[in-house]
Amino acid sequence: MLFKIMIDRDKWQEIFQALRKNKGRTFLTAFGVFWGIFMLLVMLGAGQGLENGVTQGFGDFATNSVFIWPQRTSMAYKGFDRDRSFNFKDGDVEAMRKTIPEIQYLAPRLTGGGYGSGDNVVRGERTGNYSINGDHPDFFLIDPVDILEGRFINEMDIRDRRKVIIIGKRVYEELFEKDEECIGEYIRIQGIYFKVVGLFKSKKTGENAMQDNEAIFMPFTTMQRAYNFGDNVGFLSVTSIDEVPVSIVQEKVIDLLKSRHHINPADDLAIGSFNVEKEFKQMKGLFFGIDLLIWIVGIGTLLAGVIGVSNIMLVIVKERTKEIGIQRALGATPMHITMQIINESIFLTSIAGYIGLVFGVLVIEGVDYMISQQGDDAGFFMNPEIDFRIAITALVILIFSGVIAGMIPARRAINVKPIEALRTE
Amino acid sequence: MIELQGIHKSYDVGSNKLHVLKGIDLTIEEGELVSIMGSSGSGKSTLLNILGILDTYDQGEYHLSGKHIKNLNETKAAWYRNQMIGFVFQSFNLIPFKNAMENVALPLYYQKVSRKRRNKIALEYLDRMGIKEWAEHTPNELSGGQKQRVAIARSMISKPKVILADEPTGALDSTTSFEVMNLFKEINSEGITIIIVTHEKDISERTNRVIHLKDGYIENITVNSPEMNIANV
Repeated sequence: MLFKIMIDRDKWQEIFQALRKNKGRTFLTAFGVFWGIFMLLVMLGAGQGLENGVTQGFGDFATNSVFIWPQRTSMAYKGFDRDRSFNFKDGDVEAMRKTIPEIQYLAPRLTGGGYGSGDNVVRGERTGNYSINGDHPDFFLIDPVDILEGRFINEMDIRDRRKVIIIGKRVYEELFEKDEECIGEYIRIQGIYFKVVGLFKSKKTGENAMQDNEAIFMPFTTMQRAYNFGDNVGFLSVTSIDEVPVSIVQEKVIDLLKSRHHINPADDLAIGSFNVEKEFKQMKGLFFGIDLLIWIVGIGTLLAGVIGVSNIMLVIVKERTKEIGIQRALGATPMHITMQIINESIFLTSIAGYIGLVFGVLVIEGVDYMISQQGDDAGFFMNPEIDFRIAITALVILIFSGVIAGMIPARRAINVKPIEALRTE
Repeated sequence: MIELQGIHKSYDVGSNKLHVLKGIDLTIEEGELVSIMGSSGSGKSTLLNILGILDTYDQGEYHLSGKHIKNLNETKAAWYRNQMIGFVFQSFNLIPFKNAMENVALPLYYQKVSRKRRNKIALEYLDRMGIKEWAEHTPNELSGGQKQRVAIARSMISKPKVILADEPTGALDSTTSFEVMNLFKEINSEGITIIIVTHEKDISERTNRVIHLKDGYIENITVNSPEMNIANV
C-alpha cells in the first residue's frame, strides 16, 4: 500500500506542481520548518554537551557515595564537655563492616599534611608540593583513575604496610625526565623514602583532574604507621549497594559512629558528611530543567514553522480551488483530496525538516570536532551530541506536524463544493 | 435513463431565498441527444448541476439509470459521478500541468486503474478524437477545439451512461463548434445519452429534443425533425 503511494506518479506530479508554482514562497515556508528542527537539534546537542562536560568533570566517580569526617561536638553528653574533638578509629571501620550490610565499598582514608604549604616531596634535585593520601584498594572502586603504568595499591600492601606509592601524572612530569622510567624509583616524602609502583592519570576534566594528577597514593596502613597516625582514620568514603540509596547508609554509619564516640544523638555538627548522590541528583534535575526548556523553545520554533506550512497550504488550496473542483467532478473522493493535501504538507515538512536535521547534526559534529581538537581540558562543555533516539523523535514530530499542518487546508479543500469550484472562472 | 419529478431548488442569497427551480418534471430516454436552452437565470446551469450530482435539490425525485439520487454523501456522489456521468465544460477545465493523455486518463485514476493501462486507453480515445499526436502536449499548447476534444475524450473514458455538456461550444468559433457537434452526434449514435446546455440556436437545432427553461419552469419541449438534423449536416 505504502509502496503504491510512493510510486504513484500522478500524486507526485501534483505535489511538485503545487510547490514549484511559487518557488520563493515554497522556499521561505520550508525554511521555517528547517529552522525549527535545526534549532531544536543544535540546542539539544548543546544541552547534551553541557551535561557531558559537567558529568565528565566527575570522571567515573561513584555517585552513590558519601564522605564522612569528624568535626567537633557541639553538645555535652555522658559527662563529656561540648566542643570536644575526636578521631575515627580502625575499630569503627571494623564495626561498620560487621553491622551495616548496606555498605558496598568502605574506604577509610588519611590525608597527609604538607599539601598547600612548602614542598613536601623530593626526588634528587627536584621537589614538589603534592597531596599525600593513604588509601585502601576500595577507594579506587569509588573514585577510579586510569593506571598508565604499574598497578594500584593492593591488599598485600595494606597487610604488610609496604612503603610503596602510586603517583599522579603531574607528579611524574615534575619529578622525572621526559620518558624516564618511574616504576621502581624511590621518592622521598616528608623524610621517608617510598618506591613508585604505579603511575596514574585522572579520568575527570578541568579543575578536578588537575587536583587528582597532583596526588600521591600510598597504602592506608603504611601512612598510619609512617606518619604516626596510630589507629586514627582521617575520614571515610562509603558507597551503598545498588538497591539502597546512600542516604540510608549515611544515616546508619553516622548513628554508629555517634554511639561509639559518645556523641549526643542529636548533635548534628559532630560528624560532617557530604552526600554525592544528593548533589548528583540535584545536578541531574538541573539538566532535566535545561532539557525541558530546550524542548519547549524548540517545539515552539518548530510549531511556528509548521503554522507557516499550514498557511501556505491554505493558499495553495485556494489557488487550486478550480482544479480540486474538476477532480471532484471527475470522481475524486474527499478522502483522495484530503490525502493529497496532507501528502503535500508532509512532503514539505519532511524535506525541510530532514535538511534541518542534517545541518543540525553537521553543526554539532563540527563543534564536537573542534572541541576534541583543543585537547581534553575543555571545561564545562564536551562532546555535544544527538543520540539516535532524539533524531528519530524529531523525524516523528516532523511527519506528525506535517499531518497537522495539512489538516486544516485539507478540510478547507473538501468543503469546497465542486460546483462552486467550477464556477470560478 | 433520467427521471426528474417535481424538482425544486432554491439558494440562500443573504437573508432572501432565490427560488431557481420551481418544479421540474422531465424524462430523458437512453440514447437521446437533448439540449437545454434558456436565458441566463432560467435555471439551466442549476438543473445541469443537479443532473451531474454536483449539487443537491430540495424537493422532488431524481432517478439516474434506476438509482435514486438523494442524500448521497460526497464519497458516494463522487463514485456515481465517476461511474455514470461524463462532464464537458465551456472552459474545458483541463488540469494545466497534465498532458492531454493524462487529462483524459484522470477518471480512470480515481478508479485505481494502473497508469500504464489507463494511459493506453486514453490514447485510444484521443485517437478517436483525431488528436492522438497531441497526447504529450499540455493544454496550453492546444487550440480551443483540441482542448474540447481532450475534454470530450475525458468524459467518455469511464464509459458513462450520460454525458453532460455545459455550453461546450461557447468558447469555440463556428467551424470548430460544428466539428464538436459532429463528435457529439457520433458518440450519441453509439447509444450514449448526451445532454447539452446551450443558448445557441444552431446547436440546439441539431439535437433530438430541446427543453426550453424559463424562470425555473419548463416552458416547452420541442422535438426536432430528423430531416432538420440531416439538413444541417
